Amino acid sequence: MTFSDWLLALHVLSAFAWVAALVIYAVVVAAGWGLSVPSDVIRMFRVSRVGDALIAIGMMGTIIFGIWLAIDLDAYQVWDGWIITALVLWLVAGAVGGQTGKVYNGARDRARALVDEGRNEPSPELNAMLRSQRGLVLLTLMILVVLALLVVMIYKPGAG
Amino acid sequence: MFAAIRPDDWNFPLLLHVLGASLLLGALITALTAQVLAWKREASADILPFARLSFRTLLFVAIPAWFLMRIAAEWVASKGWNDVPEEPAWLGIGYITSEGGGFFLLIATILAGFGVRSLRRSDGERGGTLVRIATVLVIVAVIAFVIATWAMSAKPD
Repeated sequence: MTFSDWLLALHVLSAFAWVAALVIYAVVVAAGWGLSVPSDVIRMFRVSRVGDALIAIGMMGTIIFGIWLAIDLDAYQVWDGWIITALVLWLVAGAVGGQTGKVYNGARDRARALVDEGRNEPSPELNAMLRSQRGLVLLTLMILVVLALLVVMIYKPGAG
Repeated sequence: MFAAIRPDDWNFPLLLHVLGASLLLGALITALTAQVLAWKREASADILPFARLSFRTLLFVAIPAWFLMRIAAEWVASKGWNDVPEEPAWLGIGYITSEGGGFFLLIATILAGFGVRSLRRSDGERGGTLVRIATVLVIVAVIAFVIATWAMSAKPD
């Protein structure tokens, strides 16, 4: 195995970590859809902590090993069109991911506040936060951007 | 590089294969996280919701993703992917880990399902052991699929 093979493997494993984080978030959002009791919501969000670690590893790993690979391989250049497209999609994913996190972290923080206040009864407000249309749209957009990244990585449009 | 020289008509099945594999690993990690939280049982009310989340993730996400990954792999293979005189090591690793990991996934899903049913019927008293056995099987499947991901991307000789 060459050094480039290792870089490619680490790049792909990072991408898989990123997708794994999105699966975790999607499952947590789906599981939280019918919840309204604050302690139940807090419990469900404990699963998403692993997603927080995976998305950090995945996003950093894909960009670091991806750029390193493009520099290491003679066949590709960092300024190739498909690599620039991927970098733009990576930035968009980061921005959308940040906004998505704000929506759902807001629901988690509200659940914690309600428990701290001793109000652990069903909360329609909390349920509405978990069913937020904005959150759902952002999460869907994030998934679509990552899917587009995957398409660009496989098809490599414009690559020789 | 393999990616640079493969024919264009391999791209779509390869995309589905990679998508299925990444969703499968994501679903397994999600299920494993919930199972570990159920195992830790920091509060007695934790075990059933986490065990149920794990079972549903295995059943509704991991198993369909395994089929997507496996069927798309055969689609790529049908286009001549593995038409080589001597099978390279990475291809062998891919087949062994996907078949073996799929077996562990199936058994883990069945055990997790029976575990959830027992937990629900006994008010959390029974069924924990089944969920724990399923956890161990999912750990084995995660390791197998991480090795497969490494082998399929790095392509060791």
